[in-house]
Amino acid sequence: MPAIIKTESLSHVYSQGTAFEQAAVHDVDLEIEKGAFVGVIGHTGSGKSTLIQHFNGLLRPTSGRVLIDGEDTWEHPKQIRRFRFKVGLVFQYPEYQLFEETLYKDIAFGPTNMGLTPDEVDVRVRQAARFVELPEDMLQKSPFELSGGQKRRAAIAGVIAMNPEVLVLDEPTAGLDPRGRDRILGEIKEYHQQQGNTVLLVSHSMEDIARLADKVLVLARGRVFMYDDTRAVFARAEQLEQLGLSPPQITKICTRLHREGLPVSPEIFTVGAAKTAILSALGEKERNR
Amino acid sequence: MKLISCRNVSFHYPAQEGQTPGATVLDGINLEIGRGEFVAVLGHNGSGKSTFAKLLNAILIPTKGEVFVDGIDTQQQDKLLEVRRRVGMVFQNPDNQIVATVVEEDVAFALENLGLPTGEIRRRVDDALAAVEMTEYATHPPHRLSGGQKQRVAIAGIIAMRPDCIVLDEPTAMLDPRGRREVMLTLEALNKNHGVSVVLITHYMDEAARAERVVVMDAGKVLLDAPPGEVFSHTQLLTGAGLDVPQAAKLCYELRCAGVNLPGEIIDEDACVHALLQILK
Repeated sequence: MPAIIKTESLSHVYSQGTAFEQAAVHDVDLEIEKGAFVGVIGHTGSGKSTLIQHFNGLLRPTSGRVLIDGEDTWEHPKQIRRFRFKVGLVFQYPEYQLFEETLYKDIAFGPTNMGLTPDEVDVRVRQAARFVELPEDMLQKSPFELSGGQKRRAAIAGVIAMNPEVLVLDEPTAGLDPRGRDRILGEIKEYHQQQGNTVLLVSHSMEDIARLADKVLVLARGRVFMYDDTRAVFARAEQLEQLGLSPPQITKICTRLHREGLPVSPEIFTVGAAKTAILSALGEKERNR
Repeated sequence: MKLISCRNVSFHYPAQEGQTPGATVLDGINLEIGRGEFVAVLGHNGSGKSTFAKLLNAILIPTKGEVFVDGIDTQQQDKLLEVRRRVGMVFQNPDNQIVATVVEEDVAFALENLGLPTGEIRRRVDDALAAVEMTEYATHPPHRLSGGQKQRVAIAGIIAMRPDCIVLDEPTAMLDPRGRREVMLTLEALNKNHGVSVVLITHYMDEAARAERVVVMDAGKVLLDAPPGEVFSHTQLLTGAGLDVPQAAKLCYELRCAGVNLPGEIIDEDACVHALLQILK
């Protein structure tokens, strides 16, 4: 698989050359495969936001390079806008960014700026609204008439409508209740499966990452601490805990059972898998009796 | 007498011009909060839990029924200050509730409005900042603090009024895991060491699991009101109300459904591991 995102010795220093100089991302070499669903975790201050803002050229590396689909993002600085369409970024609390008179116009903002014809824009808007399960009759409403969860989904639709090759979401479920959270995560999963685009999901919730991501990127102090399959990352529970990141509760339970010498794998991170493992351990015990 | 009692409380938002009255948000709530209790309130968006919170210190007045705070009916306009002195409120967004440009001045804000003597204000501000472990930041500007620190300053502002009860409406929703931990530890310490009642409205099941008592709201009614062990054993009921249960509780529930003999009140990691070791060893 070719890398859709590649960074070469990427570093970013804020306020370089001043007394407030602060390195946020350090010498990051990373290759993210096309079509992957990557969970991004790390403490506040670990460099997550700084890193993802390089992927669509919102930030310029202070040294090193970022390649999207093989192209150096800053080779022609005047064309940096192209990468805003290739890599769509959904910020935290994106509902605060809704600004248009109607939901339709808000979702259409991105595709219109891409230079699509009104007909093409129309198709994109309706498709994006469908992905986030906003009914057609809502499209002519003001975004401010919607509920919190609907606003959040509308803002995500605005980015999806650009059909970016990479969709990056920064804490898309922050502040939502479990139902609202499950709905958005379900829609993102569906989008990934249908479109086959690359998705990066930044989250503090290990449970959500465990459920959705095939790979996990762990950042710590501006560096890549781990980048591996979800299973392999959560299996290193102790190292994650040292970083102050808590693996899913179910993984911790299975790890402890494993340490007690029971035939339960420590590489379990969903309740379903844990149930299967424990039932089979129980069966084994019965047979040995 | 209980600190707070809600008697047959219903609430709907008033009708906007030319519209029919809003739907009923709360419907016949009977609930009491005792002194020194730590109560978590769970419910999905729209279940009425934030409205309920606002009734506890007279930000809203019931459409039907009464709320009594320390025996005072919250409908009595002239007793408003008495009610608010006893029950303080902390909201979700730390950036929306800090008014001053220096931490200690922010904490002193309400005390100055109460017209307390300077020495008393000084003493209370120092005590409040110590209680939330923010003394070293007393002279810092609030905008340089982390989210968790800001929430602790907001809590200190309430503590300084020496209330009997603090009501917090999703105080950790916008915080990272470290900030969430800080706020929870602060609340637990205030409850234990200072005997302050805590009513914590939250979406986080792990936070609710740490309370003494969990109230689950659904469609404006109280669905469950019991200790966390009992509440989280109702896996199906909670899922139906759009809520989660901690993974430990869910695993035990699924295993019980598969015929494994496990007790019903397991909600945390330690209890779950312990119970599983017993049947597996």
